[in-house]
Amino acid sequence: MQNIKEYQLIVIGGGPAGLAAALGAAKNGLNDILIVERDKYLGGILNQCIHNGFGLHYFKEELTGPEYSKRFIDLLPETSIAVALDTMALNLENSEDWRYVHVMSSADGYRILRSRAVILAMGCRERTRMNIQIPGTRAAGIFNAGQAQLYVNIEGYMVGKKVIILGSGDVGLIMARRMTLEGAEVVACVEVMPYPGGLNRNIVQCLQDFDIPLYLSHTITDIKGQNRVEQVTVQEVDQNGKPIAGTEIYYDVDTVLLSVGLIPENELSREAGVPLDPRTSGPIVYENKETLAQGIFACGNVLHVHDLVDFVTEEAESAGHAAACFVQSGGCVKQDGKIISLKTDSNIGYTVPQQIRIDDVEKAVRVFFRVRKIFKEPSRIVFRDQSKSEIASFKRLFMFPAEMENVNLPRQLLEKISGTELTVSVEE
Amino acid sequence: MVQEIICIVCPRGCHLKVDPENDYEVTGNACPRGISYGKAELKNPTRVITSTVKIKGADLTRCPVKTNKAVPKAKMQEVMELINGVTLKAPVKVGDVIIERLLDTDASLVVCRDIG
Repeated sequence: MQNIKEYQLIVIGGGPAGLAAALGAAKNGLNDILIVERDKYLGGILNQCIHNGFGLHYFKEELTGPEYSKRFIDLLPETSIAVALDTMALNLENSEDWRYVHVMSSADGYRILRSRAVILAMGCRERTRMNIQIPGTRAAGIFNAGQAQLYVNIEGYMVGKKVIILGSGDVGLIMARRMTLEGAEVVACVEVMPYPGGLNRNIVQCLQDFDIPLYLSHTITDIKGQNRVEQVTVQEVDQNGKPIAGTEIYYDVDTVLLSVGLIPENELSREAGVPLDPRTSGPIVYENKETLAQGIFACGNVLHVHDLVDFVTEEAESAGHAAACFVQSGGCVKQDGKIISLKTDSNIGYTVPQQIRIDDVEKAVRVFFRVRKIFKEPSRIVFRDQSKSEIASFKRLFMFPAEMENVNLPRQLLEKISGTELTVSVEE
Repeated sequence: MVQEIICIVCPRGCHLKVDPENDYEVTGNACPRGISYGKAELKNPTRVITSTVKIKGADLTRCPVKTNKAVPKAKMQEVMELINGVTLKAPVKVGDVIIERLLDTDASLVVCRDIG
Protein backbone atom coordinates (compact mmCIF):
# COMPACT_ATOMS: atom_id res chain seq x y z
CA MET A 1 0.00 0.00 0.00
CA GLN A 2 1.47 3.30 -1.03
CA ASN A 3 1.91 6.15 1.39
CA ILE A 4 -1.32 8.12 1.66
CA LYS A 5 -0.73 11.83 2.07
CA GLU A 6 -3.00 13.42 4.67
CA TYR A 7 -4.60 16.86 4.88
CA GLN A 8 -7.15 18.51 7.13
CA LEU A 9 -9.08 19.67 4.09
CA ILE A 10 -8.96 19.01 0.35
CA VAL A 11 -10.74 21.46 -1.93
CA ILE A 12 -11.54 20.01 -5.35
CA GLY A 13 -11.40 22.82 -7.92
CA GLY A 14 -9.34 26.02 -8.00
CA GLY A 15 -11.88 28.39 -9.53
CA PRO A 16 -13.64 31.19 -7.65
CA ALA A 17 -15.50 28.75 -5.38
CA GLY A 18 -12.46 26.63 -4.51
CA LEU A 19 -10.26 29.66 -3.87
CA ALA A 20 -12.74 31.38 -1.55
CA ALA A 21 -13.54 28.09 0.20
CA ALA A 22 -9.87 27.34 0.92
CA LEU A 23 -9.26 30.90 2.10
CA GLY A 24 -12.39 30.75 4.27
CA ALA A 25 -11.18 27.55 5.91
CA ALA A 26 -7.67 28.99 6.45
CA LYS A 27 -9.14 32.11 8.01
CA ASN A 28 -11.03 29.91 10.45
CA GLY A 29 -7.97 28.09 11.68
CA LEU A 30 -7.05 25.28 9.29
CA ASN A 31 -3.39 25.21 8.30
CA ASP A 32 -3.21 22.05 6.25
CA ILE A 33 -5.31 22.59 3.13
CA LEU A 34 -4.81 21.38 -0.44
CA ILE A 35 -6.50 22.77 -3.56
CA VAL A 36 -6.63 20.27 -6.44
CA GLU A 37 -6.95 21.97 -9.85
CA ARG A 38 -6.97 20.20 -13.22
CA ASP A 39 -5.85 23.26 -15.23
CA LYS A 40 -2.30 24.68 -15.25
CA TYR A 41 -3.57 27.87 -13.65
CA LEU A 42 -5.85 28.80 -10.77
CA GLY A 43 -8.92 30.92 -11.50
CA GLY A 44 -11.17 28.43 -13.28
CA ILE A 45 -13.66 29.79 -15.78
CA LEU A 46 -12.81 33.38 -14.77
CA ASN A 47 -9.61 33.18 -16.84
CA GLN A 48 -11.63 33.13 -20.05
CA CYS A 49 -14.26 35.59 -18.80
CA ILE A 50 -12.31 38.66 -19.88
CA HIS A 51 -15.39 40.91 -19.82
CA ASN A 52 -16.04 43.18 -16.87
CA GLY A 53 -18.82 43.30 -14.29
CA PHE A 54 -17.40 40.94 -11.69
CA GLY A 55 -17.07 42.06 -8.08
CA LEU A 56 -19.71 44.79 -7.91
CA HIS A 57 -21.24 43.25 -4.78
CA TYR A 58 -18.16 41.82 -3.14
CA PHE A 59 -15.50 44.42 -3.90
CA LYS A 60 -17.84 47.31 -4.79
CA GLU A 61 -15.94 47.77 -8.04
CA GLU A 62 -16.15 46.41 -11.51
CA LEU A 63 -13.45 43.88 -12.44
CA THR A 64 -12.76 41.52 -15.32
CA GLY A 65 -12.71 37.77 -14.60
CA PRO A 66 -8.90 37.45 -14.37
CA GLU A 67 -8.71 40.51 -12.12
CA TYR A 68 -11.38 39.07 -9.81
CA SER A 69 -9.62 35.73 -9.37
CA LYS A 70 -6.24 37.46 -8.87
CA ARG A 71 -7.67 39.14 -5.74
CA PHE A 72 -7.93 35.67 -4.18
CA ILE A 73 -4.87 34.03 -5.75
CA ASP A 74 -2.74 36.87 -4.35
CA LEU A 75 -3.87 36.00 -0.81
CA LEU A 76 -2.61 32.41 -1.01
CA PRO A 77 1.09 33.09 -0.20
CA GLU A 78 0.03 34.58 3.15
CA THR A 79 -1.59 31.26 4.05
CA SER A 80 -0.31 27.70 4.24
CA ILE A 81 -2.70 26.55 1.50
CA ALA A 82 -1.00 24.12 -0.89
CA VAL A 83 -2.01 23.95 -4.55
CA ALA A 84 -1.73 20.92 -6.88
CA LEU A 85 -2.06 22.24 -10.46
CA ASP A 86 -2.47 20.14 -13.60
CA THR A 87 -3.95 17.50 -11.30
CA MET A 88 -7.22 15.70 -11.98
CA ALA A 89 -9.37 14.33 -9.17
CA LEU A 90 -10.51 10.92 -10.45
CA ASN A 91 -12.48 9.51 -7.60
CA LEU A 92 -13.81 10.42 -4.18
CA GLU A 93 -14.58 7.90 -1.44
CA ASN A 94 -16.24 8.62 1.86
CA SER A 95 -15.66 6.73 5.12
CA GLU A 96 -16.38 7.45 8.76
CA ASP A 97 -13.18 9.34 9.58
CA TRP A 98 -11.56 10.11 6.22
CA ARG A 99 -12.43 11.32 2.75
CA TYR A 100 -10.18 9.65 0.11
CA VAL A 101 -9.37 11.62 -3.05
CA HIS A 102 -7.73 9.76 -5.96
CA VAL A 103 -5.76 12.16 -8.13
CA MET A 104 -3.65 11.95 -11.29
CA SER A 105 -1.01 14.32 -12.64
CA SER A 106 1.86 14.06 -15.11
CA ALA A 107 4.26 15.26 -12.43
CA ASP A 108 3.31 12.79 -9.67
CA GLY A 109 1.32 10.08 -11.44
CA TYR A 110 -1.55 8.37 -9.64
CA ARG A 111 -1.88 9.17 -5.95
CA ILE A 112 -4.38 8.64 -3.17
CA LEU A 113 -4.81 11.54 -0.74
CA ARG A 114 -7.03 11.71 2.28
CA SER A 115 -8.48 14.45 4.41
CA ARG A 116 -10.89 14.97 7.30
CA ALA A 117 -13.13 17.17 5.13
CA VAL A 118 -13.60 17.76 1.40
CA ILE A 119 -15.11 20.79 -0.28
CA LEU A 120 -16.60 20.13 -3.71
CA ALA A 121 -15.92 23.13 -5.96
CA MET A 122 -15.79 21.55 -9.42
CA GLY A 123 -18.08 24.07 -11.11
CA CYS A 124 -20.30 23.20 -14.04
CA ARG A 125 -20.10 22.38 -17.72
CA GLU A 126 -22.12 23.34 -20.75
CA ARG A 127 -25.05 21.45 -22.19
CA THR A 128 -24.26 20.39 -25.73
CA ARG A 129 -26.04 19.85 -29.04
CA MET A 130 -26.59 16.24 -27.97
CA ASN A 131 -28.44 17.38 -24.84
CA ILE A 132 -30.99 19.33 -26.87
CA GLN A 133 -31.16 17.13 -29.98
CA ILE A 134 -30.95 19.66 -32.84
CA PRO A 135 -31.56 17.85 -36.15
CA GLY A 136 -29.23 18.30 -39.09
CA THR A 137 -25.80 17.35 -40.37
CA ARG A 138 -22.70 16.95 -38.25
CA ALA A 139 -20.83 19.79 -39.92
CA ALA A 140 -17.91 21.62 -38.33
CA GLY A 141 -18.65 25.05 -36.89
CA ILE A 142 -20.99 24.10 -34.03
CA PHE A 143 -19.54 25.13 -30.70
CA ASN A 144 -20.66 25.59 -27.15
CA ALA A 145 -20.44 29.31 -26.36
CA GLY A 146 -18.00 28.75 -23.49
CA GLN A 147 -15.86 26.50 -25.66
CA ALA A 148 -15.73 29.26 -28.30
CA GLN A 149 -14.88 31.72 -25.51
CA LEU A 150 -11.87 29.56 -24.60
CA TYR A 151 -10.69 29.40 -28.23
CA VAL A 152 -11.06 33.16 -28.78
CA ASN A 153 -9.93 34.57 -25.42
CA ILE A 154 -7.25 32.11 -24.29
CA GLU A 155 -6.03 30.38 -27.47
CA GLY A 156 -6.50 33.35 -29.81
CA TYR A 157 -8.45 31.55 -32.56
CA MET A 158 -11.56 33.01 -34.17
CA VAL A 159 -14.20 30.32 -34.48
CA GLY A 160 -16.20 31.75 -37.39
CA LYS A 161 -17.19 34.68 -39.58
CA LYS A 162 -20.97 34.59 -39.69
CA VAL A 163 -22.55 33.42 -36.49
CA ILE A 164 -25.95 32.53 -35.06
CA ILE A 165 -26.40 31.99 -31.34
CA LEU A 166 -28.88 29.50 -29.91
CA GLY A 167 -29.88 30.24 -26.33
CA SER A 168 -29.75 33.56 -24.54
CA GLY A 169 -27.76 32.48 -21.49
CA ASP A 170 -25.14 34.95 -20.31
CA VAL A 171 -22.24 33.14 -21.97
CA GLY A 172 -24.04 33.26 -25.33
CA LEU A 173 -24.80 36.97 -24.98
CA ILE A 174 -21.23 37.78 -23.94
CA MET A 175 -19.95 35.83 -26.97
CA ALA A 176 -22.33 37.71 -29.30
CA ARG A 177 -20.53 40.92 -28.34
CA ARG A 178 -17.10 39.34 -28.32
CA MET A 179 -17.46 37.85 -31.83
CA THR A 180 -18.83 41.16 -33.15
CA LEU A 181 -15.94 43.18 -31.67
CA GLU A 182 -13.50 40.72 -33.25
CA GLY A 183 -15.02 41.29 -36.67
CA ALA A 184 -17.56 38.49 -37.07
CA GLU A 185 -21.16 39.11 -38.07
CA VAL A 186 -23.68 37.82 -35.51
CA VAL A 187 -26.98 37.50 -37.37
CA ALA A 188 -29.29 36.65 -34.46
CA CYS A 189 -29.72 35.24 -30.99
CA VAL A 190 -32.51 32.68 -30.76
CA GLU A 191 -34.21 31.67 -27.48
CA VAL A 192 -36.78 28.89 -27.18
CA MET A 193 -38.32 30.29 -23.97
CA PRO A 194 -40.60 33.36 -24.07
CA TYR A 195 -38.08 35.21 -21.86
CA PRO A 196 -34.29 35.74 -22.06
CA GLY A 197 -32.02 33.33 -20.22
CA GLY A 198 -29.36 35.91 -19.38
CA LEU A 199 -29.17 39.08 -17.31
CA ASN A 200 -30.94 42.20 -18.59
CA ARG A 201 -27.73 44.18 -18.65
CA ASN A 202 -26.23 41.66 -21.05
CA ILE A 203 -29.23 41.88 -23.38
CA VAL A 204 -28.58 45.64 -23.52
CA GLN A 205 -24.82 45.80 -23.79
CA CYS A 206 -24.21 42.64 -25.82
CA LEU A 207 -27.17 42.52 -28.23
CA GLN A 208 -28.87 45.94 -28.39
CA ASP A 209 -25.55 47.82 -28.57
CA PHE A 210 -24.74 45.95 -31.78
CA ASP A 211 -28.28 45.75 -33.23
CA ILE A 212 -28.30 41.95 -32.92
CA PRO A 213 -31.93 40.75 -32.98
CA LEU A 214 -33.19 38.49 -30.18
CA TYR A 215 -35.92 36.05 -31.20
CA LEU A 216 -37.84 34.79 -28.16
CA SER A 217 -39.98 31.63 -28.49
CA HIS A 218 -37.84 30.55 -31.47
CA THR A 219 -35.39 27.71 -31.94
CA ILE A 220 -33.08 26.16 -34.51
CA THR A 221 -34.83 23.26 -36.22
CA ASP A 222 -32.23 22.31 -38.83
CA ILE A 223 -28.52 22.68 -39.51
CA LYS A 224 -27.25 22.13 -43.06
CA GLY A 225 -23.69 21.82 -44.36
CA GLN A 226 -21.35 19.15 -45.68
CA ASN A 227 -17.99 19.98 -44.10
CA ARG A 228 -18.74 23.32 -42.49
CA VAL A 229 -22.09 24.73 -41.36
CA GLU A 230 -23.77 26.43 -44.35
CA GLN A 231 -27.33 27.19 -43.31
CA VAL A 232 -29.60 26.97 -40.27
CA THR A 233 -33.37 27.02 -40.08
CA VAL A 234 -35.01 29.00 -37.29
CA GLN A 235 -38.66 28.50 -36.39
CA GLU A 236 -41.10 30.00 -33.94
CA VAL A 237 -42.36 27.56 -31.31
CA ASP A 238 -45.81 27.34 -29.73
CA GLN A 239 -46.60 27.29 -25.99
CA ASN A 240 -45.57 23.64 -25.81
CA GLY A 241 -42.24 24.32 -27.47
CA LYS A 242 -43.37 22.73 -30.78
CA PRO A 243 -42.10 24.39 -33.99
CA ILE A 244 -44.85 26.18 -35.94
CA ALA A 245 -44.96 25.32 -39.65
CA GLY A 246 -44.68 28.31 -41.97
CA THR A 247 -42.52 30.40 -39.61
CA GLU A 248 -39.19 29.24 -41.03
CA ILE A 249 -36.37 31.77 -41.33
CA TYR A 250 -33.19 30.65 -43.12
CA TYR A 251 -29.78 32.02 -42.18
CA ASP A 252 -26.64 31.41 -44.23
CA VAL A 253 -24.05 31.15 -41.45
CA ASP A 254 -20.80 29.23 -40.94
CA THR A 255 -21.00 29.01 -37.16
CA VAL A 256 -23.56 28.06 -34.50
CA LEU A 257 -22.84 28.90 -30.86
CA LEU A 258 -24.90 27.07 -28.23
CA SER A 259 -25.70 28.70 -24.92
CA VAL A 260 -28.33 26.27 -23.75
CA GLY A 261 -27.66 25.82 -20.08
CA LEU A 262 -25.09 24.59 -17.61
CA ILE A 263 -24.91 21.34 -15.67
CA PRO A 264 -23.16 21.13 -12.28
CA GLU A 265 -20.29 18.66 -12.66
CA ASN A 266 -21.08 16.06 -9.99
CA GLU A 267 -19.49 12.79 -11.14
CA LEU A 268 -17.20 12.80 -8.09
CA SER A 269 -20.10 13.60 -5.77
CA ARG A 270 -22.04 10.62 -7.12
CA GLU A 271 -19.05 8.32 -6.68
CA ALA A 272 -18.86 9.36 -3.04
CA GLY A 273 -22.56 8.72 -2.51
CA VAL A 274 -23.48 12.37 -1.99
CA PRO A 275 -27.27 12.68 -2.43
CA LEU A 276 -28.15 15.11 -5.25
CA ASP A 277 -31.19 17.31 -5.81
CA PRO A 278 -32.66 16.63 -9.28
CA ARG A 279 -33.83 20.25 -9.47
CA THR A 280 -30.35 21.78 -9.13
CA SER A 281 -28.35 18.73 -10.30
CA GLY A 282 -26.16 19.59 -7.32
CA PRO A 283 -25.83 18.13 -3.83
CA ILE A 284 -28.59 18.62 -1.26
CA VAL A 285 -27.07 20.85 1.42
CA TYR A 286 -27.75 22.11 4.90
CA GLU A 287 -27.56 25.79 5.91
CA ASN A 288 -23.74 25.59 6.17
CA LYS A 289 -23.26 24.00 2.72
CA GLU A 290 -22.58 20.57 4.23
CA THR A 291 -23.94 17.81 2.02
CA LEU A 292 -25.88 14.87 3.43
CA ALA A 293 -22.61 12.89 3.25
CA GLN A 294 -20.63 13.55 6.41
CA GLY A 295 -17.55 15.74 6.00
CA ILE A 296 -18.28 16.71 2.40
CA PHE A 297 -19.26 20.31 1.65
CA ALA A 298 -20.20 21.96 -1.65
CA CYS A 299 -20.19 25.49 -3.04
CA GLY A 300 -20.30 27.46 -6.28
CA ASN A 301 -21.63 26.16 -9.58
CA VAL A 302 -21.26 22.51 -8.58
CA LEU A 303 -23.96 23.19 -5.98
CA HIS A 304 -26.28 25.26 -8.18
CA VAL A 305 -25.59 27.41 -11.24
CA HIS A 306 -25.07 31.04 -10.24
CA ASP A 307 -25.32 34.14 -12.39
CA LEU A 308 -23.00 36.25 -10.22
CA VAL A 309 -19.57 35.18 -9.03
CA ASP A 310 -19.90 37.47 -6.01
CA PHE A 311 -22.50 35.12 -4.55
CA VAL A 312 -20.25 32.15 -5.32
CA THR A 313 -17.53 33.77 -3.23
CA GLU A 314 -19.81 34.36 -0.26
CA GLU A 315 -21.21 30.85 -0.45
CA ALA A 316 -17.72 29.35 -0.69
CA GLU A 317 -16.41 31.33 2.27
CA SER A 318 -19.21 30.00 4.42
CA ALA A 319 -18.54 26.44 3.19
CA GLY A 320 -14.87 26.96 4.13
CA HIS A 321 -15.87 28.15 7.57
CA ALA A 322 -18.15 25.16 8.09
CA ALA A 323 -15.50 22.70 6.89
CA ALA A 324 -13.04 24.22 9.37
CA CYS A 325 -15.57 23.73 12.19
CA PHE A 326 -16.06 20.14 11.12
CA VAL A 327 -12.34 19.37 11.11
CA GLN A 328 -11.71 21.07 14.45
CA SER A 329 -14.65 19.78 16.43
CA GLY A 330 -16.46 17.21 14.33
CA GLY A 331 -18.97 19.87 13.28
CA CYS A 332 -20.48 22.91 14.95
CA VAL A 333 -23.94 21.45 14.89
CA LYS A 334 -25.83 19.46 17.49
CA GLN A 335 -26.86 16.28 15.72
CA ASP A 336 -30.22 15.85 17.46
CA GLY A 337 -31.65 19.32 16.80
CA LYS A 338 -34.62 20.16 14.64
CA ILE A 339 -34.14 20.00 10.87
CA ILE A 340 -36.45 21.98 8.58
CA SER A 341 -36.97 20.89 4.97
CA LEU A 342 -37.60 23.67 2.47
CA LYS A 343 -40.28 22.85 -0.10
CA THR A 344 -41.28 24.92 -3.12
CA ASP A 345 -44.52 25.65 -4.97
CA SER A 346 -44.71 25.46 -8.77
CA ASN A 347 -43.51 29.07 -9.18
CA ILE A 348 -40.14 28.33 -7.63
CA GLY A 349 -37.55 26.06 -9.20
CA TYR A 350 -35.49 25.16 -6.17
CA THR A 351 -33.93 26.47 -2.96
CA VAL A 352 -30.39 26.29 -1.63
CA PRO A 353 -30.05 25.23 1.13
CA GLN A 354 -32.68 22.51 0.94
CA GLN A 355 -32.47 21.77 4.69
CA ILE A 356 -31.92 24.00 7.69
CA ARG A 357 -30.68 22.85 11.12
CA ILE A 358 -31.99 25.60 13.36
CA ASP A 359 -29.26 25.05 15.98
CA ASP A 360 -26.66 25.97 13.37
CA VAL A 361 -28.29 29.29 12.43
CA GLU A 362 -26.60 32.09 14.30
CA LYS A 363 -28.75 35.10 13.40
CA ALA A 364 -30.22 34.30 10.00
CA VAL A 365 -29.88 31.93 7.08
CA ARG A 366 -29.70 33.19 3.52
CA VAL A 367 -31.89 31.17 1.14
CA PHE A 368 -31.19 31.31 -2.60
CA PHE A 369 -33.79 30.36 -5.21
CA ARG A 370 -34.95 30.91 -8.76
CA VAL A 371 -38.48 31.66 -9.96
CA ARG A 372 -39.77 29.64 -12.91
CA LYS A 373 -41.56 32.42 -14.78
CA ILE A 374 -41.42 36.19 -15.12
CA PHE A 375 -43.19 38.22 -12.41
CA LYS A 376 -43.62 41.73 -13.80
CA GLU A 377 -46.03 42.96 -11.15
CA PRO A 378 -45.12 43.43 -7.49
CA SER A 379 -45.41 40.10 -5.70
CA ARG A 380 -44.57 38.45 -2.37
CA ILE A 381 -42.24 35.59 -1.59
CA VAL A 382 -44.02 33.76 1.21
CA PHE A 383 -42.75 31.10 3.63
CA ARG A 384 -45.46 28.96 5.26
CA ASP A 385 -45.13 26.10 7.71
CA GLN A 386 -47.16 22.89 7.76
CA SER A 387 -50.06 24.57 9.55
CA LYS A 388 -50.13 27.04 6.59
CA SER A 389 -49.29 29.97 8.84
CA GLU A 390 -47.16 32.64 7.27
CA ILE A 391 -43.69 32.62 8.81
CA ALA A 392 -42.12 35.32 6.66
CA SER A 393 -42.79 37.27 3.49
CA PHE A 394 -40.64 39.44 1.26
CA LYS A 395 -41.78 41.95 -1.38
CA ARG A 396 -40.35 42.09 -4.88
CA LEU A 397 -41.19 44.60 -7.63
CA PHE A 398 -40.34 42.06 -10.34
CA MET A 399 -38.56 38.71 -10.63
CA PHE A 400 -36.95 36.91 -13.57
CA PRO A 401 -35.92 33.26 -13.89
CA ALA A 402 -32.52 34.44 -15.16
CA GLU A 403 -31.78 36.25 -11.91
CA MET A 404 -31.18 34.31 -8.74
CA GLU A 405 -33.11 35.67 -5.77
CA ASN A 406 -32.19 35.46 -2.11
CA VAL A 407 -33.81 36.26 1.21
CA ASN A 408 -32.59 36.21 4.79
CA LEU A 409 -34.62 34.08 7.20
CA PRO A 410 -33.99 35.18 10.81
CA ARG A 411 -33.51 32.43 13.38
CA GLN A 412 -36.25 33.81 15.61
CA LEU A 413 -38.79 33.24 12.83
CA LEU A 414 -37.51 29.69 12.20
CA GLU A 415 -38.04 28.90 15.89
CA LYS A 416 -41.77 29.65 15.52
CA ILE A 417 -42.33 26.97 12.90
CA SER A 418 -44.68 24.12 13.71
CA GLY A 419 -43.73 20.87 12.01
CA THR A 420 -40.56 20.29 10.03
CA GLU A 421 -41.50 21.69 6.62
CA LEU A 422 -41.39 25.20 5.28
CA THR A 423 -42.90 25.89 1.85
CA VAL A 424 -41.73 28.80 -0.28
CA SER A 425 -44.21 30.26 -2.75
CA VAL A 426 -44.81 33.39 -4.81
CA GLU A 427 -48.11 35.16 -4.24
CA GLU A 428 -49.11 37.80 -6.80
CA MET B 1 -40.50 61.79 -24.90
CA VAL B 2 -39.69 59.71 -21.82
CA GLN B 3 -37.41 56.82 -22.74
CA GLU B 4 -37.30 53.51 -20.96
CA ILE B 5 -33.87 51.93 -20.63
CA ILE B 6 -32.35 49.17 -18.57
CA CYS B 7 -29.51 50.23 -16.30
CA ILE B 8 -26.34 48.22 -16.95
CA VAL B 9 -24.23 49.61 -14.11
CA CYS B 10 -24.76 46.48 -12.04
CA PRO B 11 -26.48 43.11 -12.54
CA ARG B 12 -29.63 44.31 -10.78
CA GLY B 13 -30.71 45.85 -14.11
CA CYS B 14 -33.10 48.58 -12.94
CA HIS B 15 -35.74 49.70 -15.42
CA LEU B 16 -35.05 53.42 -15.73
CA LYS B 17 -37.26 56.13 -17.18
CA VAL B 18 -35.35 59.13 -18.54
CA ASP B 19 -37.08 62.36 -19.58
CA PRO B 20 -34.96 64.42 -22.03
CA GLU B 21 -37.50 67.28 -21.88
CA ASN B 22 -37.15 67.60 -18.12
CA ASP B 23 -33.36 67.96 -17.79
CA TYR B 24 -32.93 64.20 -18.31
CA GLU B 25 -34.71 63.39 -15.04
CA VAL B 26 -34.17 59.72 -14.11
CA THR B 27 -36.74 57.62 -12.21
CA GLY B 28 -36.90 53.90 -11.43
CA ASN B 29 -33.31 53.77 -10.19
CA ALA B 30 -32.35 51.95 -6.99
CA CYS B 31 -29.08 53.83 -6.44
CA PRO B 32 -27.42 57.13 -7.44
CA ARG B 33 -25.33 55.43 -10.11
CA GLY B 34 -28.54 54.82 -12.04
CA ILE B 35 -29.06 58.59 -12.34
CA SER B 36 -25.66 59.25 -13.87
CA TYR B 37 -25.97 56.20 -16.13
CA GLY B 38 -29.46 57.21 -17.31
CA LYS B 39 -28.36 60.76 -18.15
CA ALA B 40 -25.15 59.65 -19.87
CA GLU B 41 -26.87 56.89 -21.84
CA LEU B 42 -29.11 59.42 -23.59
CA LYS B 43 -26.57 62.26 -23.89
CA ASN B 44 -23.27 60.48 -24.57
CA PRO B 45 -23.34 56.69 -24.14
CA THR B 46 -20.04 55.09 -23.09
CA ARG B 47 -18.78 51.54 -22.56
CA VAL B 48 -15.75 49.85 -21.04
CA ILE B 49 -14.12 47.72 -23.76
CA THR B 50 -12.48 44.41 -22.91
CA SER B 51 -10.52 42.28 -25.35
CA THR B 52 -7.24 40.38 -25.69
CA VAL B 53 -3.86 41.21 -27.24
CA LYS B 54 -1.04 38.97 -28.43
CA ILE B 55 1.75 38.26 -25.98
CA LYS B 56 5.20 36.77 -26.66
CA GLY B 57 7.58 35.06 -24.26
CA ALA B 58 5.07 33.16 -22.10
CA ASP B 59 3.12 29.87 -22.11
CA LEU B 60 -0.02 31.84 -22.79
CA THR B 61 -0.35 33.52 -26.20
CA ARG B 62 -3.14 35.98 -25.40
CA CYS B 63 -3.36 38.57 -22.63
CA PRO B 64 -6.71 40.06 -21.52
CA VAL B 65 -6.92 43.88 -21.57
CA LYS B 66 -9.51 46.57 -20.86
CA THR B 67 -10.03 50.31 -21.07
CA ASN B 68 -9.66 51.54 -17.50
CA LYS B 69 -12.50 54.02 -18.08
CA ALA B 70 -15.53 53.91 -20.31
CA VAL B 71 -15.01 55.25 -23.82
CA PRO B 72 -17.67 56.74 -26.12
CA LYS B 73 -19.77 53.97 -27.67
CA ALA B 74 -19.21 55.43 -31.13
CA LYS B 75 -15.46 54.87 -30.79
CA MET B 76 -15.66 51.14 -29.91
CA GLN B 77 -14.62 49.90 -33.36
CA GLU B 78 -11.69 52.33 -33.55
CA VAL B 79 -10.47 51.24 -30.13
CA MET B 80 -10.68 47.58 -31.23
CA GLU B 81 -8.46 48.37 -34.23
CA LEU B 82 -5.84 49.86 -31.91
CA ILE B 83 -6.07 46.83 -29.59
CA ASN B 84 -5.61 44.45 -32.52
CA GLY B 85 -2.30 46.10 -33.41
CA VAL B 86 -0.71 45.44 -29.98
CA THR B 87 1.83 42.70 -29.20
CA LEU B 88 3.10 42.54 -25.60
CA LYS B 89 6.24 40.93 -24.28
CA ALA B 90 6.03 38.92 -21.03
CA PRO B 91 6.22 39.52 -18.13
CA VAL B 92 3.24 41.83 -17.64
CA LYS B 93 1.30 42.72 -14.49
CA VAL B 94 -2.34 43.65 -13.91
CA GLY B 95 -2.70 47.41 -14.37
CA ASP B 96 0.30 47.87 -16.68
CA VAL B 97 -0.60 50.66 -19.12
CA ILE B 98 -0.37 49.59 -22.77
CA ILE B 99 -1.76 52.68 -24.54
CA GLU B 100 -2.31 55.97 -22.73
CA ARG B 101 -5.14 58.35 -23.59
CA LEU B 102 -6.83 56.14 -26.19
CA LEU B 103 -8.02 58.29 -29.11
CA ASP B 104 -7.70 61.42 -26.96
CA THR B 105 -10.12 60.15 -24.33
CA ASP B 106 -9.06 60.01 -20.66
CA ALA B 107 -9.09 56.19 -20.82
CA SER B 108 -6.00 53.99 -21.07
CA LEU B 109 -5.65 50.40 -22.24
CA VAL B 110 -4.41 48.26 -19.32
CA VAL B 111 -3.37 44.64 -18.67
CA CYS B 112 -5.89 42.43 -16.78
CA ARG B 113 -3.80 39.35 -15.97
CA ASP B 114 -0.31 38.69 -14.57
CA ILE B 115 1.54 36.72 -17.25
CA GLY B 116 5.12 35.45 -17.16
